[in-house]
Amino acid sequence: MVYDIAIIGAGVVGTQIARNFSKYDLKVALLEKESDVAMGTTKANSGIVHAGFDCQSGTLMADLNVKGCRMMEEVATTLHVPYERNGSLVVAFSEEEMGTIKELYDRGITNGLTEDELKIIDRDELVKLEPHIADNAVGALYAPTAGIVSPYELAIGAAECAVGNGVEFLRTFNVGGIIFEDGLFTIGAKDGRIIRSKWVVNAAGLFANLIADNFNNEKFKVIPRIGEYGLLDRDVYPLVTHTVFQCPTKMGKGILVAPTTHHNVFVGPTSLDMEDNMDGRHDTSVRVGALRETYAAAQKSIPSVSARDQITSFAGLRAHWVEHDFYIAPAKNNDHFINLIGIESPGLAASPAIAEYTENLILGIMGEKPAEKADWNPSRKAPVFFRTMSPEERAELIAKDPAYSRIVCRCETVTEGEIRDAIRAPAGAVDLDGVKRRTRAGMGRCQGGFCGSRVMEILSEELDKPIAEITKFGRASDIIYERTK
Amino acid sequence: MTEILNYDLVVVGGGPAGMAAALAAKDNGVPEEKIIVLERDVRLGGILEQCIHTGFGLTYFGEELSGPEYADRFVKLMDETKIAVKLNTMVLNITKENQVIATNKEDGLITINAKAIILAMGCRERPRGALDIAGSRPAGVMSAGQAQKFVNIDGYMPGHEVVILGSGDIGLIMARRMTLEGAKVKVVCEVMPYSGGLQRNIVQCLEDFDIPLRLSCTVIKVHGRDRVEGVTIANVDDHMLPIPGTEEYIPCDTVLLSVGLIPENELSKQIDLDMDMITRGPKVDEMRMTSQPGVFACGNVLQVHDLVDFVTQESQIAGKGAAQYISGLRHEGVIKTRGQNGVRYTVPQSINLDEKEDVKIYFRVGNVYHDKRVVVTCGDKVLFNRKKIKLAPGEMENVIIKAADIAEMTADQEIVVSIEEA
Amino acid sequence: MTERKLICVACPRGCPITVYMDDSGEITKVEGNTCPRGDTYARAEVTHPERSLTSTVKVTGGKHYVVPCKSSTAIPKELLFDAMVEINKASIAAPVHIGDVIIKDILGTGADIVATNEID
Repeated sequence: MVYDIAIIGAGVVGTQIARNFSKYDLKVALLEKESDVAMGTTKANSGIVHAGFDCQSGTLMADLNVKGCRMMEEVATTLHVPYERNGSLVVAFSEEEMGTIKELYDRGITNGLTEDELKIIDRDELVKLEPHIADNAVGALYAPTAGIVSPYELAIGAAECAVGNGVEFLRTFNVGGIIFEDGLFTIGAKDGRIIRSKWVVNAAGLFANLIADNFNNEKFKVIPRIGEYGLLDRDVYPLVTHTVFQCPTKMGKGILVAPTTHHNVFVGPTSLDMEDNMDGRHDTSVRVGALRETYAAAQKSIPSVSARDQITSFAGLRAHWVEHDFYIAPAKNNDHFINLIGIESPGLAASPAIAEYTENLILGIMGEKPAEKADWNPSRKAPVFFRTMSPEERAELIAKDPAYSRIVCRCETVTEGEIRDAIRAPAGAVDLDGVKRRTRAGMGRCQGGFCGSRVMEILSEELDKPIAEITKFGRASDIIYERTK
Repeated sequence: MTEILNYDLVVVGGGPAGMAAALAAKDNGVPEEKIIVLERDVRLGGILEQCIHTGFGLTYFGEELSGPEYADRFVKLMDETKIAVKLNTMVLNITKENQVIATNKEDGLITINAKAIILAMGCRERPRGALDIAGSRPAGVMSAGQAQKFVNIDGYMPGHEVVILGSGDIGLIMARRMTLEGAKVKVVCEVMPYSGGLQRNIVQCLEDFDIPLRLSCTVIKVHGRDRVEGVTIANVDDHMLPIPGTEEYIPCDTVLLSVGLIPENELSKQIDLDMDMITRGPKVDEMRMTSQPGVFACGNVLQVHDLVDFVTQESQIAGKGAAQYISGLRHEGVIKTRGQNGVRYTVPQSINLDEKEDVKIYFRVGNVYHDKRVVVTCGDKVLFNRKKIKLAPGEMENVIIKAADIAEMTADQEIVVSIEEA
Repeated sequence: MTERKLICVACPRGCPITVYMDDSGEITKVEGNTCPRGDTYARAEVTHPERSLTSTVKVTGGKHYVVPCKSSTAIPKELLFDAMVEINKASIAAPVHIGDVIIKDILGTGADIVATNEID
């Protein structure tokens, strides 16, 4: 099989690039080393659509962040992905910090934000926006166009759209080596599968620099940087409704308290550089001490945030390039191999713009624009969310298919019908966590204690696989073993 | 369109609490064809179906039964009545007008107008996320109850080398179950200096099988990328913080959590019932009526019980209370109850001043006590004063308030249960 | 004279019991129990400890894969794992009713292994 374009990595960037190219008459393959999309940096992410004021002016990062933030609502809405323009606040606790706020404001304007997109507000206005803000907060930088998006659902939505438009999604395709011969790339997976392609887009996140190195010894220093989060029960909302930052530090944007699109409140992320090796790229261990400090830090902004309301904690790794910019360019000596390096925060916010930038970069090198599909669908089948439906909508849905009348997950009110949809969708769920990310079954306060085995039964039926072979997240993440009898 | 049904009494949950409440309502005069029980699982019985060990029924039936046998006694009684039962049915919400909206595959959405509702949804286990355990998030970490369902109902082994965190009864019971089914249970860690489980379970589930119980010890880190490969455990100090230098790595493929139970109160919260922050269940009067008139609660949804026998007794009270409510009985004036000096909570949280019968107040203590007195007062009057050899958080206690004493009480007073020096 | 402190497992109450024995091992006194079952348990526990056993047995042709079971009376503690071997070999055809005897007189103990749930 010869593809026109092979995209390595099905995170929020790779899936959107796949979607963008799915509108052309091209054969596109989306290669993912894990069993599902969104399994890397995309999975454990703050979900913040940053406005773009704190990127260093003049960088590609600043440019794509500002553009991406403006594009996100349309992309998310089109793909039926939870998105909310909730606005962000950088809170100052002293006059000195108000100075930093002013610097951020100026930088934002330099980065291209308008005066409607960025405001400096005083304490009174701040308290109106966030009634639970700390007493010693003196003011804030308010970015009303900043938003929140569900990062993994964005990747899932983009992948469903891409696959629905003919992109092939190759799961567990762990790239082992790439060679270029006679104008064609041969890409080998570690399990022996081989595909050929005319173009390669290296959107492998934390592993992108390793793939670049493997291909033609091009070196990028990318450090895995861990961020740990605590996720609170939905009961806590609306403790905060905006994304509440503190003044940024050298290591990142600092501890924030924010809602997710599903109205859980979260605190985090921490920031710690890991070893620049494979272990460092796989170790998403949560450190208890760091998480405790995070809560303490978060209480500086919102004093009533409490670890007692935590329903889960998790950690994610970001691909921190030492130059701290996005690097999107063809490989040395081969302009058909496009590297995307250092896509860390604000990578999610920038992702629609990153996809567009990459698309235009390739089209530019192609010279002649490929034909567009007449029947391209920019969207996907809208997922059903029984929980948020009105009684009338529920009745109508159940009348169509009684599978929607059986509640499988009590905490999040997820029906059997939604779980079956998630499995049957293009690039659908194949494991327990895949169902969880698509439907929220198991994401509530009991964290799958009740519904886990019921979801396994449905997966087993839909995938026609023995129940003991159903995993938590692919690889060797078995949940149960042999029969007792 | 949704079907609209009319019942005098809707019981939410068909476990031991729901069944006993429905039967008691019938025995107290509610026409049996006007009672309906809604159960989310495939059969009646609730969590008892997976509790295949014995130890149930000694108080209520005077014999030692397994969970399914105890449940079956009530299933048989239910079968003899015309009480309606809908299985595989989940209640979605309850309105302020005591309307119950439920759903199942057969009927789709159902709306039931009820004169009274009994909440009997039981409880669920606290998950890992609430705990601060460092490390990765591999497969193989599950609640003890989840493992119990895999082993006892589905017939699968959820692991082979097991570390159990928390010495709640389900954890202890599962230590024995997994051992008997061929797994190696390496250790049970309990962060508190005492076990949260029944003494007899420590003897017959751990000591019998030489499974070590480590008190003041916890799992501080889970290792393994795909499936659990091991845990680091450590002793904790008085503030429950790990003591450096006491860490120990234990290879295992499974971590079972038995770290407490929480009443399943999605519905209670949704209808905005007054909740007790300690029991995490709704506040009730002695008939187990909540802050919403006509809505009652009983069993583990109200307070987590150790013994199903007490669940049955409590649910019979709720069933009787609902029957009285349906027949038009209304109360005026209540006296509040509360615990102090180590008594963490009391249930019921209030008693109607016109109550004509003795009332049992259930309570739990917050620590292990030896040779203390349980004292109940109302104003200056001592209602109860008895020596107890031992009081422990894992064992629910009760005291009886005499009807004659209640008759003398006034609404501005309160009933206080406390632990005093002997 | 020797004494042994036990926690009674006869019921969930878990009474702390002390058994006093003379030098020949003869039981002289049982203290701390609150019912006759405790006395019986304590006397047995210091001489020939017994436990009731619960597990599951494979069901053929039923709605569920296994049915819970128990030993009809307590069996010697040291035979628990041997009894499990027998239980793991057994199976029963649906429908199963509570009290159905799955293994009669397991290991010659006099106890039967009986079903403790209904399986259609």
